[in-house]
Amino acid sequence: MNPESAHVETKIVDGVHYHQYDIVIVGAGGAGMRAAIEAGPGARTAVISKLYPTRSHTGAAQGGMAAALANVEEDSWEWHTFDTIKGGDYLVDQDAAEILAKEAIDAVIDLENMGLPFNRTPEGKIDQRRFGGHTRDHGKAPVRRACYAADRTGHMILQTLFQNCVKLGIEFYNEYYALDLVMTDVDGVEQPSGIVAHDLATGELHVFRAKAIIFATGGYGKIFKTTSNAHTLTGDGVGIIWRKGLPLEDMEFFQFHPTGLAGLGILLTEGARGEGAILRNASGERFMERYAPTIKDLAPRDIVSRCMQQEVAEGRGAGPHKDYVLLDCTHLGAEVLETKLPDITEFARTYLGVDPVYEPVPVMPTAHYAMGGIPTNVAAEVLRDNTAVVPGLYAAGECACVSVHGSNRLGTNSLLDINVFGKRAGRNAVEYAKGVEFTPLPDDPAGPVRRMLDQLRDSNGTERIGAIRKELQEEMDKNAQVFRTDESLAHVTEVIARLRERYRNVAVQDKGKRFNTDLLEAVELGFLLDLAEVVVFSARNRRESRGGHMRDDFPNRDDEQYMQHTMAYLSGDPQSSLADDHIRLDWKPVTVTRYQPMERKY
Amino acid sequence: MSTAMLETQSTDTADAAIQAFTVTFLIRRFDPDVDAEPRWQDFDVEMYATDRVLDALHKIKWEQDGSLTFRRSCAHGICGSDAMRINGRNRLACKTLIKDLDISKPIYVEAIKGLPLEKDLVVDMEPFFASYREVQPFLIANSQPEAGKERIQSIAKREIFDDTTKCILCAACTSSCPVFWTDGQYFGPAAIVNAHRFIFDSRDDAASVRLDILNDKEGVWRCRTTFNCTDACPRGIEVTKAIAEVKQAIIRGKP
Repeated sequence: MNPESAHVETKIVDGVHYHQYDIVIVGAGGAGMRAAIEAGPGARTAVISKLYPTRSHTGAAQGGMAAALANVEEDSWEWHTFDTIKGGDYLVDQDAAEILAKEAIDAVIDLENMGLPFNRTPEGKIDQRRFGGHTRDHGKAPVRRACYAADRTGHMILQTLFQNCVKLGIEFYNEYYALDLVMTDVDGVEQPSGIVAHDLATGELHVFRAKAIIFATGGYGKIFKTTSNAHTLTGDGVGIIWRKGLPLEDMEFFQFHPTGLAGLGILLTEGARGEGAILRNASGERFMERYAPTIKDLAPRDIVSRCMQQEVAEGRGAGPHKDYVLLDCTHLGAEVLETKLPDITEFARTYLGVDPVYEPVPVMPTAHYAMGGIPTNVAAEVLRDNTAVVPGLYAAGECACVSVHGSNRLGTNSLLDINVFGKRAGRNAVEYAKGVEFTPLPDDPAGPVRRMLDQLRDSNGTERIGAIRKELQEEMDKNAQVFRTDESLAHVTEVIARLRERYRNVAVQDKGKRFNTDLLEAVELGFLLDLAEVVVFSARNRRESRGGHMRDDFPNRDDEQYMQHTMAYLSGDPQSSLADDHIRLDWKPVTVTRYQPMERKY
Repeated sequence: MSTAMLETQSTDTADAAIQAFTVTFLIRRFDPDVDAEPRWQDFDVEMYATDRVLDALHKIKWEQDGSLTFRRSCAHGICGSDAMRINGRNRLACKTLIKDLDISKPIYVEAIKGLPLEKDLVVDMEPFFASYREVQPFLIANSQPEAGKERIQSIAKREIFDDTTKCILCAACTSSCPVFWTDGQYFGPAAIVNAHRFIFDSRDDAASVRLDILNDKEGVWRCRTTFNCTDACPRGIEVTKAIAEVKQAIIRGKP
């Protein structure tokens, strides 16, 4: 908590702290802080985050943020819209993609005006580079659309947004873990009335009463073993929404970024290929020429990842076990690497002992980004079904599904997403908060969280958190990664059911109150198990291949049956270990405006 | 076409060929609810040469003692959560590989110094961020850019402050500074680095305000140029040089 800021109407009842704000934002990454900058000046706002804001994973984004500024060559937001829709394999809601591409230009300019140190052109304008799937005139050739700050664009966005939050005096509650959304029954309709959070430093519970609540809690890549995601990306926010019985959309679509450091999953930006780096197999062949003859190594991520896996599966992988391919940057020269790609150059040197200036870097796909999440409309309002919104509840960023990414997100569109829809969430939350009174809190709003934590801490369980999580992650990598079949998904379904049984007997060794990260890891594991189950259940139900969801047993896209969003609901017995007992699936139509689905060729 | 795999890939035998070592870690533990004073506890961990110290801490927490407490997030040196003292040097646990340490002796791991110790490897970061906030670490521009347009900045002017934009606020520099250890009021290197980032940004108009702040008795003049901060920075920022440039700017004005 920022000690300079005033405590707002705090009281303590039965050991629980109560606060009241017009707007509470959960999560202090790019989307949360962009929302805060919009909301702070117009409404009493608090941001609660399980981390210090500058630790958020937005800071790990590298390559750029797309906007058709046309600073270095001809470009238009219509082309950007089309690329986004085609990149998402036509599961994108086209009205949302149009907003994303149009508002991208202001979003980049906003950041520059706030102080972000973008790389510059010789004329002093924001420089732009190529990125996967971003093309000139509907696929004719790669276009320079990604605005960037070396290969630390996400770092600079996170820093710039934090700096501006400091400037505005935004109130942060750092290392507060949001664990529940409080809903109140108002005339038979459930309305959000607050957030329950656990203060890591003291172990005490806090209830944040609010008129409007924005979820900006990021992704859940830790359901996989090999991932570019931070240890803290356990999907708590998405899990909270799920447990409230609200739907989750398109959870089967997870992006595997092609160039993770082999064996580690640490990300090497697609910007490397944007600057001219080439993927090669064991024999040195530039294999992407065979798969995507027009834009080659700059095909969208889902395609490149599949091609890499296929090269390895067919025996053309490099290395002693033929289990990776090579990212060749050697022809770029030391200067380009040191000035435009310094961080990834250092990652390869530090973690693999490989110097990209002289040697190609071993890479393989790494779990990177959840296309699915909390369904929202273009106003960032959370949906309770296909059309109705939950008044006062918003979501933005990776935790949300608008859907601007459809079944596969284009690189640089996530830094864009957090800015465009973070801003919309903040602005709309202020408008909403101005027009309503506080919803009353139910009795003992922290009760369910207190009982959950007490049960975990007091249990005499014998199952190790780490062991359950490791098995989950390994099995997800083996069975629900780039290629999936009904058989592999059925197998991992059984594994998850077994792990959910074991989780009931999980052991928390740290019995203390202060900084009990052991306890929080147990809670996070619960969210991971819930979300992995929804991912797999949704994946099994989609018997086609589209974007990031590749079914070996159904290799073709099937627009007739499946050009629609999956909507998953928790219903039935939530305690049951069997997914069939408590997941119900439905469909939601895709919004099509200008672009009819076509075959996706590059 | 590849298929999803149901069975474990047979890489286990190959991996076994890579040698694992037993490494002893001596970790300075402290739980104020139980301990009157911090205490050293040793753990033996099976490690590979390419593992990071963070991997060792995770193995201890996940396989031996769940109560071991430390911060971490991204695990590749960009979030700044896991600055700690490793064999007496401030480093990020996720950027320190076992192969770069002498494992014939125990590896000492303790919390960074100069900030209040909370539990095990966790310190209270609030005094650190309070110093950061004091230097006004945000762009203050008097002119309005043309509506819907970026401010123009040449490549050369952008380059002047490039180094200090890399800061991840991990506190490795500030908590390695002997002046900061003895005088907690000193702004410390990280705050000065973040002031530098704006003082030398051609778009900013408040350099004189920040230079005034840093001309304070707890400002840049406390720096004794020991270079600990530069050595400690996991981002390779030339921290001491940045502090020297701020000193120069106070004397001669912003270049």
